[in-house]
Amino acid sequence: MTVIILKGRPVVEGVAEGEALVTRQTISGFGGINNQTGEITEVRHELRGKSFKGKVLVFPGAKGSSGWASHFQTVRLAGAAPAAMIFNITTTKMALGAVVTRVPAVTDLDQDPLDVIETGDWVKVDGNTGTVTITKPDRKDGA
Amino acid sequence: MFLTDEEKAVLDGSEGEARAHAMDLMVRYAKALGAERLVETNNVCGGVVGSLPGRRDVLPEDKRHDMNAVYSLLNLDSDKTLDIPPVKTNTYRLIEAMDADLYDVQGVGEETQRLVRETTAFCQKSGYQLCNTCTPYQVGNVPLFGEHCAWMESSAVIYINSLIGARSNVEGAHSTAAASLIGKIPYWGYHIPENRRGTHLVEVEYPIDNMLDWGLMGYYVGEKVQENVPVFTGISGVPNANKLKHFGASMASSGGVEMYHIVGVTPEAPTRDVAFGGNRAQETIRFGRAELEEAYSWFSTAKDTDVDFVVLGCPHGSLEQVRLVAGLLEGKRLSANTDLWMFIPRSIKAIADRMGYTDTFRKAGAYLMTDSCAALSKVSPKDVKTAATDSCKQAHYLPATMGFGTWLGSTEQCVNAAISGKWTGGLE
Repeated sequence: MTVIILKGRPVVEGVAEGEALVTRQTISGFGGINNQTGEITEVRHELRGKSFKGKVLVFPGAKGSSGWASHFQTVRLAGAAPAAMIFNITTTKMALGAVVTRVPAVTDLDQDPLDVIETGDWVKVDGNTGTVTITKPDRKDGA
Repeated sequence: MFLTDEEKAVLDGSEGEARAHAMDLMVRYAKALGAERLVETNNVCGGVVGSLPGRRDVLPEDKRHDMNAVYSLLNLDSDKTLDIPPVKTNTYRLIEAMDADLYDVQGVGEETQRLVRETTAFCQKSGYQLCNTCTPYQVGNVPLFGEHCAWMESSAVIYINSLIGARSNVEGAHSTAAASLIGKIPYWGYHIPENRRGTHLVEVEYPIDNMLDWGLMGYYVGEKVQENVPVFTGISGVPNANKLKHFGASMASSGGVEMYHIVGVTPEAPTRDVAFGGNRAQETIRFGRAELEEAYSWFSTAKDTDVDFVVLGCPHGSLEQVRLVAGLLEGKRLSANTDLWMFIPRSIKAIADRMGYTDTFRKAGAYLMTDSCAALSKVSPKDVKTAATDSCKQAHYLPATMGFGTWLGSTEQCVNAAISGKWTGGLE
């Protein structure tokens, strides 16, 4: 078991932890997600068919229509929000979306979270201090 | 983050609970962006959420027709029902769910009609101007150079930033609603002069002429530069507003471009050096005939040459475009199997009525529609399988939101398809 700590900028307050779901592709609100289940629906997306519900979503940021925040607000109200969000690119869509999703969120980490965090890692996000604690399981193949 | 004494007072409730909540939301949003302060705005364009069926399902059943409850949750992210006061700024409504007169033709159900009536009454009461258009700049809301705005619609933001020199980011439903109540928006992004400078150079090596060419060039460059600020060189002459309306809408659809410069044309780009403002171009993109063809090839969602539905007016059409289409329809009759709807702002429709264009459309079997949009309002004739449009943005969204295979072509090709019922267009 390896523990890695990253420091960044707090975006939304609160502390939460969960299993990481990582993608190198930006996520679309309108036409990109099922806002009742948290499933990615965009046809060409690498996470298509996977849900971020209860996961720590690690992704570059938001793309697409200005309705992004409204779609993620609906996700929250449907009980399908991620546990926390870690992202790289701050845009108005991303910031407003994080605020109305009301889950702990951080950005501007001292290492690229897309390089450090892998899907399945256990991640604690502290949105008060900007600290991200990553616990990597021992991998039998030694990788 | 810095707050003025006045902003702190509003946050503490000096202007009532709703404005205190709006300020709290705005401050949390500004902190999430990493903004250092807020800036005053007196020009807000936003969407009022809750006219389409389904959007209010997140509210308890007994609250779904209480507009204060609907607006508090869907537009201000407040769990508590706030008593929403009148807007404090000049505030303009974007697209609505239906044409206020032609909703029957649009096939809008009674439930939506009821929701729209409720939303309309709410806007009237709170002073939210019912422009119901994605192009507020066509109907009297033309901001000044340097004016701080809080606009939501991406095709409108890129237009006022780039062509007028006004300052806005692409806002969301909640941030525009909050801004309308307190007259503030985060001083971040395109409000700050440094961020408006060019980042990517586009060397145009093909004579970009008609509206379709402009749309395709925008779509291609948006895909390449994503959220950056492209600077276009090699454009000869001054294009017109319709072409650049389509150009910006395309760039904001395939990418997230909110600002661009055309050297010698747009106000913050008298020269290439001024446009870049000391930035070094991160990348140089060449745009020629091959790139134009590549962009066109990305729109290959239609197979059937039988066209059921022609959609024009995305973004909402201008008088000049209405005149062009009316001229093409004069003395003609649409194919029995094809509908043609052109979407325009309501005040432009008033002039179209006076000019006789509306009659020309009706005699041909076509419609001039207001307030709404096929892809966003989700309105269409019955049993459409294949559509055609002259807009890259509409062709981008129709397959996703309506499931229509969609042909893309010039305005003339689209009108011809509506008359013959057959698609024969393509890139010229």
